[in-house]
Amino acid sequence: MKKLIMTTAALALSAGAAMAAGHELVRLGTEGAYPPYNFLDDNGEVAGFERILGDELCKRAELTCEWVTNDWDSIIPNLVSGNYDAIIAGMSITAERAEVVDFTQNYTPPSPSAYVALSADVDLAGGVIAAQTGTIQAAHVIETGATLLEFPTPDETIQAVKAGEADAVMADKDFLIPAVEESGGEMVFVGDDVPLGGGIGMAFRKSDPELRAKFDAAIQSMKDDGTLNTLIVEWLGEDSPKF
Amino acid sequence: MTRTTPRPTIFSYCTEPDTLARLEWLSCFLTTGKHLSFYASFGTVLMLLAITAPVALVFGFGGATAARASLWPVRMLGKIYISVVRGVPDIAFFMFFVIALDQGFEWLRHQVKCPEWTDPIRQGNDFIVCAAAKLPLNTDPQWMHEVYGFLIAVLTFAIVFGAFAANIIYGAMNAVPRGQLETAEAYGFSPRQTFWRILVPQMWRYALPGLSNLWMILIKSTPLLFLLGVEDIVFWARELGASKTARFTDYPHGDWRMWYFLALLVFYLAFTKLSEVVLERVMRRLNSGQAVAATSGKAAA
Repeated sequence: MKKLIMTTAALALSAGAAMAAGHELVRLGTEGAYPPYNFLDDNGEVAGFERILGDELCKRAELTCEWVTNDWDSIIPNLVSGNYDAIIAGMSITAERAEVVDFTQNYTPPSPSAYVALSADVDLAGGVIAAQTGTIQAAHVIETGATLLEFPTPDETIQAVKAGEADAVMADKDFLIPAVEESGGEMVFVGDDVPLGGGIGMAFRKSDPELRAKFDAAIQSMKDDGTLNTLIVEWLGEDSPKF
Repeated sequence: MTRTTPRPTIFSYCTEPDTLARLEWLSCFLTTGKHLSFYASFGTVLMLLAITAPVALVFGFGGATAARASLWPVRMLGKIYISVVRGVPDIAFFMFFVIALDQGFEWLRHQVKCPEWTDPIRQGNDFIVCAAAKLPLNTDPQWMHEVYGFLIAVLTFAIVFGAFAANIIYGAMNAVPRGQLETAEAYGFSPRQTFWRILVPQMWRYALPGLSNLWMILIKSTPLLFLLGVEDIVFWARELGASKTARFTDYPHGDWRMWYFLALLVFYLAFTKLSEVVLERVMRRLNSGQAVAATSGKAAA
């Protein structure tokens, strides 16, 4: 049965690819600073969950893909002005972003965000909370009434907590887990997990619906044959929500 | 966690970094592919300086000459260039201008290459030109995109610093003693000859102190490259210095940004010091043989 579905999906995909041959080379924009989703490995190459995922999606959609790194701050402006064709950078699907770009279906289920601090008794509602600029977590911190301290890169948010500059950091839990595990007990999760956003999706220019449809179909085929869940377990951990 | 990429290394003993002694570990760490990109980015910065400085000087010379022109529109153009660019904060200029420049080029190419195109170029937030007008073409390899980004950066730097240079050169041209020019005219030099043979050779002496200042500021402005998306030394220092967990690298470490930025500090200090020494020599050379060197050279410095 599984095999049958796969073949059908592959057929549907190749038909789609044959229809529009305009997009041969697709440039994928990512941040390269958000492990395990995307980061630069020791050779300076883009690596991580989204690297493997993106390469597989391109294979299934029969596209040649090239990876480009871009600062998080300007990642959407550079997409809409055409410097690359898609964003695949741990970007949660939100209504606000969807006004500017079009998302594919999500390739991770809505996953929890969490707080991490040096001790368990910090005041999450009234303290200083670090978050990366322009993230759903930053928007959430403002809503809670806590003081938001923004940083351009994810790593700086963690360093701010270690340096005592902020009381806690809020980020995707999948990003925080390795940091907590390897801190040797210095950092702990605080409070309850907060479900934010509609899962992570790829973002495309609004004027580029064909390309978006191709990746959307490729994501669907990976959901159908279970390879996406395998990738999620491998990179984001057993506890991360699956499809 | 599976590591998917092989580990090409320079030293043969680097295949198992976690087992190494401190010094060997460091030698392996400092020769990872990422570090080699870091070292190469110093070349990027030096190349930016090497190309930008002469181009900015040309812009400056052109601006100053225009600002002195007898033709009113040319004069206005020169003066507007100098005062507008000098008046806009660098950061605002770098944020806005580069995107505008890029889109301007693509728009021009679009008009030439795709006259039959009927869709609007601006669709909501999107800026759409036909595929043949993209700069560089979407099908071009990544290195061409990087070179293009670099050239846009050079042009932006040159325009900004050219405006400052123009003002300096404008002032220097006015500082050349009036008597020199009058003497040339009395000998029957045409205005053109007076400009190239009398004014220009003598104005450098007055321009150099200001220009050397500008050079120093240009050196220190190179981290703005980072704003333009060029992977310069600041980008790599930040990336390499950020703390790394053992799951994602063979060389886990804490927050080492301080050490990387310290290295940048040393680099910038050494480079500005070297520049000072060289500029000092050039100044001495320009002053030698000048009758007024002893007084006005000092005053200008």
